This record gives sequence, structure tokens and C-alpha cells, in this order.
Amino acid sequence: MSWQASRWTGFALLAVLGVLWEAAGRGGWIHPALFPPATAILSELVQVTASGEILQHLGISLWRAALGYALAALAAVTLGLAMGYWRRVHDACEITVELVRAVPPPAVIPLAMVFLGIGDALKVFIIFFACSFPILVNTIDGVRSVDPVLVRTARTFGLSRLRIVRHIVFPVAAPFIMTGLRIATAIALILTVISEMIGATSGIGYFILGSQRTLHVTQMYAGMLVLALTGYAINRAFQAADERVMAWHKEMTRREH
Amino acid sequence: MLAACLCAWEAWALWRRDLAAYFPPASEVMVELVRLVASGELAAHAAATLRRFAEGYAIAAVAAVSAGLCLGLWRPLYNLFEPLIELLRPMPSPATIPIAILFFGIGNEMKVAVTVYACSWPILLNTIDGVRSVDRLLFATAATFRLSGWARFWKVVLPAASPQIVTGLRVSLAIALILVTTSEMVVSNDGLGYYVLESQRAFRMPQMYAAVVALGIIGYALNRLFQALDHWVMAWHRGLTRKEEIL
Amino acid sequence: MLEVRGLRKVFQPLSGPAVTAIGDVSFQVGAEQFVSIVGPSGCGKSTLLQCVAGLLRPTAGTVLLGGREVTGPPDGLVLLFQEYNKSLLAWRSVLGNACFGLEQKPGLTRADREAEARHYLEMVGLGGFERHYPWELSGGMQQRVAIARALACKPQVLLMDEPFGSLDALTRFELEDTLLRLWESLRSTILFVTHDIDEAVYLSDRVYVLSRRPSRMISDTAVDLPRPRDQLASREDARFIRLRHQTFELISKEMATA
Repeated sequence: MSWQASRWTGFALLAVLGVLWEAAGRGGWIHPALFPPATAILSELVQVTASGEILQHLGISLWRAALGYALAALAAVTLGLAMGYWRRVHDACEITVELVRAVPPPAVIPLAMVFLGIGDALKVFIIFFACSFPILVNTIDGVRSVDPVLVRTARTFGLSRLRIVRHIVFPVAAPFIMTGLRIATAIALILTVISEMIGATSGIGYFILGSQRTLHVTQMYAGMLVLALTGYAINRAFQAADERVMAWHKEMTRREH
Repeated sequence: MLAACLCAWEAWALWRRDLAAYFPPASEVMVELVRLVASGELAAHAAATLRRFAEGYAIAAVAAVSAGLCLGLWRPLYNLFEPLIELLRPMPSPATIPIAILFFGIGNEMKVAVTVYACSWPILLNTIDGVRSVDRLLFATAATFRLSGWARFWKVVLPAASPQIVTGLRVSLAIALILVTTSEMVVSNDGLGYYVLESQRAFRMPQMYAAVVALGIIGYALNRLFQALDHWVMAWHRGLTRKEEIL
Repeated sequence: MLEVRGLRKVFQPLSGPAVTAIGDVSFQVGAEQFVSIVGPSGCGKSTLLQCVAGLLRPTAGTVLLGGREVTGPPDGLVLLFQEYNKSLLAWRSVLGNACFGLEQKPGLTRADREAEARHYLEMVGLGGFERHYPWELSGGMQQRVAIARALACKPQVLLMDEPFGSLDALTRFELEDTLLRLWESLRSTILFVTHDIDEAVYLSDRVYVLSRRPSRMISDTAVDLPRPRDQLASREDARFIRLRHQTFELISKEMATA
């Protein structure tokens, strides 16, 4: 099979799996209640979307995720620049950061619940908490990767500290920061779902878990599908933004290879 | 700096005694932590959590590294699975908890299954990428020295891919702990995640804080352990550049 | 020892027209000879070496080693790559790298292999660096590790693809002499590809010149300089200058017909 032809085998596999799922669902091969046919899931999905129910939950989830992510990006990039640039700041903060970072974010949920109740603030805080660390770590890496020679060159030209950060440190660190931001988008979605499963009355995570608890299995699958599609869309959106913003870097690395 | 934070915590808690119910001083938390550990109450929960973590992580590591090696080495195989991977990959792993409950019940199997699923992704993707990015010249070198396929895999491909594989394993460490904790919070009757949530519901604040600290310590210890292993096995890599993480 | 008959290599990329790297190349190399191949850049010198080494299958023509056709990497032949730093194993020490080729040879214990490897590392002047890692060494030293690794297998034929191309001049001179010393003691056949005409004339018994793509052999000249060669005396010799002149003219003409 030629190289190009084998790319289609992947889609063939998906098609086969889809057909198997449908057959298994209809034929009741696996516990019928747990494994509805694919078409049933899809029709349920259409129903639930049309009624607006699932879109409402999704919208709330995305709003929380976006807010938490934005706050994390702001805080972590700033702190990361500081920690990466000034050795003393880094040494002072390092242990604290490492210890706090090691706490699994779900464990912080009950803690945060005490102070923030179970509303949106809780979710946003948890997302903020979890997203900060990958962005922080990657930002520090990025700043550290700046060649000291470059900074010294800038100093000899009389650039102020601030201008150095803006015109040299930031662009050089940018690819690393983008990596951190990319990782954080996945984490944001994960923590959104987690926080909505543990203490919530709305959101897509709550929807999926709730569907399971009330044994609306088809609905549960539909919710998962929506979540997968959302995740995919967010990834693509980020990729597109990344291409635009980092066009110079992509071209450079492409040439180097 | 850490000391400063702790002191600040202590000072603030003592100053706002009225919040004592919500925000016990650090000293009290430490005392409680020691008491819980000594009495063995925490130990049982910690053991449950660690056991699930270890099982999930180990299974994921073995399965995902093996799969990743196969997919990385054989292009046709990768092409076969690529759309499926791209389809499943964007779905956040906690979303599998409800479906796991349906299929595995609410016991250990569910938690381990969820952990295995979640951990497999970073390991798989990083392993595939690691194998794929082995420099073509190394293959040519192996060819001119007439290495057999197996020798080439073992002596060239695997060591060359190992930094990236280790990156995947490291990322999965944190993910495993997150998923174990989450699944314990959603439905469980033991484990540190469960204990934290229970303590909060029963308003036993010092216990809750103590358990959170315990989880943090466990996470930190696991990280350090991994780092130590990494340093020992990957000593040669320290002199070279690092590769990007893939989540 | 080594014979190439009517070699032709055509590359068919995914998009665009086919590229004929090698048009029609034939030559013979006797045992224990040191032969250089020079030519304008892009004329397919590396491709030629890879075909001879059995790493690439020719579109037409044959390669014969000791009378037998080469269909894959043959026993007794090793190719030394231009990008030596990517060819060395970063996770192995210098000694580990030098042992690498030997591990394929049956009947050697680990102690045997290490002794052999150490011997060749000494010969290239890296005695004492066995425990270092490749990335801790300079470019010239890394290339020497690659040479030691290749020679430890005691190949009958050694193919070298612009091995000294990315090194500074002084390191290059040093390595050229080291190579000649090694060759004289090992008596392998060496096929040496370089873009440096001076180097080709200095090192070899014969110099082959390739044309532009699609390449053909356009000249085969014997180098009648006495051995052992000397960096100063040989390079000032009238014969050296004449040969250098001839070869340079040939290549310039090739590059001019663009």
C-alpha cells in the first residue's frame, strides 16, 4: 500500500468502529443500557442542542475556563518574566512554587469552597490555580533561554531594563510562553470539567455527571461528544493563533531543519 | 520565602481569630497533620490513593510506551490510528469518569481505569514524537555498521527517543495524581481525595488542611523521586537541549 | 577491490520533476588505494558514496565490492558521514561510541571490544578521553571519535563524505596527516569525497573529478607525489601545483557552464 493510500486507512478504521458501535448498540452485545447505538447518541445530541440545554451548560463552562485562563496567563507570565530575569526572585520563590504546584488541583477545590462557596468564583479560581503553573514554568524557561550576549549587546546600546524586557526578552521567550499557553488550554478544560463534577449546579461537567447519575446514558455520551468537539475546536483555534503570532519563529525553525 | 509565607499564614490566622473555623493557623494544621499520621488515620487513606496512583501509572506507562514505540516506528500503523487519536485526544480525561462508573462501578477498578486512560495520552504522544524525531542520520549510521533491526531498535532508536519518553512520563505523573484525586472526590469511601472532601463537608477544617498538605507533600516527593531517577538514567542528556512537552 | 559500473541515480520527489543526481559514473579502485573524488557542489558526491555504501539503491548500474555485487551495506565497508555530530550516539561515552561498530562482530567479548576501541582512540590521539561524552568535545575531536569508531571495525573499504569540511584549517591539516598515518598502518582502501581540491591532491593516489549534475566522471588523474606526504614540502612541490591547477580548471569550467 502506498504511503498516501495508507492515510485513508485511518478514516476507514473510524468508519468500521462507527458501524461496530451502531451494531453493538442495536444488537445489545454489551449491556444495552450502557451502550446505546451511535445514531441514538447523535439524535440525542441534536435534540439536546436544539433545546439549547447543552449549549447553555457549555457556554457557562467556556466562560469560566476563559476567565480562569486569562487571569492565569496574566499572572503567570508576569511572575515568570520576573523569576526568569532576576535570579534572586527566582531563588526566593522557587520552593514555594514547587510545593504549591505539587498539590493536585482537585484537592484545592474543597479548600477553595470554604472561601468561595460553590459558585463561579470557585471554578474560575481552580482553573486559574491549575493553569498558572505550566505557563509559569515555560515562561521561566523561555526567559532563561535568552542569550546573555544579546542582553549585553542591548545594554551597550543604552537600552533601559524595561525596553530590554519588551524588545528582547519577550520575543525570545515567546515560543516557550506559547508552549505553556498551549498546555494550559488543555488544563483549563480539564479543570473546568473536574470542578463542575465536584461542586456545581451547572456546566458541561455537571451535565455529563448528572446524566450518568440519572441514568440518561445517551445524554451522557452526547455530552462527551460535545466536549470532545469543543476541545478539538479550541485546539485548532489556538493553532491558528499560534501560526499567526509566531509566524516568524515557525519560518525560522523550518529553515533550520 | 517559604518561611515568610508560613509566618504570614500563622500571623494572619492568629490575628483573625474569628475566622479560626475556616482558617486555622499553620501550627494547628501541622499539629493535626502529625496527629493524623501518627494515629494512622491518614495513612490508610494515603495508602489507598498511592496504590491507585501506582497501578494506574504503571499500567499506563507500560501500555502507552509500547504502543507509542509501535506507532512511532511503523508509519502505516500510525496512519491507521491517527484519526482515532486526533478524535479522542481533545476530550478532557475527567469526562471519562461518569462512563467509567457505568462500566466499572464505583470501586478501585473505576479509579484505576480512569487514571490509566488519562495518563496514557501524554506518554503515548511523547513517545511517538520521540521515536519520530530520531535523526535520520542515526538510522544511516546503524545501517552502515550493519545493525540488525532489533539491535538498531535497542541500541539506537530507544536511547535516542528516551528523553522525549521521559518527558511524557513526567507529565503523566501529575496527571495521574489529579485523576486519582478527582475520582476519589466524585465517588469513593476512602483515599485522600475523599478525605479532603469529607472533612470539608463535616466542617473539620484542620483535618482538611492537613490532608491537602499531605497530598502536596506526596506530589512533591513523587516529583523529586522522578527527578532523581531522571538524573541518574538520563545523565547524558543534561548536556544537550531540551525538547518541548506535549500534553 | 571496488568497482562501479554505469551508476545512475534518479530521485523522484513527491512534487516536481525527477532529479538525476548521478548520470553515468564508472570507475575502479584498487586495493589499498587512497582515491579522492572532487566536483562542483551539488554534483551528487554524497549520493555516490551512499550508493557505493549500499545505503541507497541505484536506479541503474552496479557496485561491486571484491567482485560481489553490493545490494545493501556490505561487510567490510564503512561510511563515515559528513555530519559526525549527529552520527555519534549522544548517550554513550567516547569509548562506548568507538565500540559501537565492533558490537556487530561475533566472537568478541566486551573486554576485547574495549581494548580494540581504546587502541584506535589512541591512534587518533584521543587517549584519555574515553569517559567523556561526545558533546563535551570539540568538532575535530568528535570527528576523530567517528573515525576511530569506523576503523575499529578494520574495514577493507572506508568511504568518507567530506569529513573535514566543517573544521578550521589547522585542525583539518592535523586530521589529514592523522588519516594518512592510519591508512598507512591499516592499508584499507579509502574513497574520500571532498570539495577541497588541495586536500584531495594532498591525500590521494588518484583524483577523480565529477561533472555537474547529472554527474559523470570527467577526469581520473594519478597523483605522483612521493609518500609520506608533508604539509609543507608536498604542497610546494611543482607536481602538486600542476595537478591542483588542472583540477581547479576542470571544476571551474564545470561550474561556469551553468
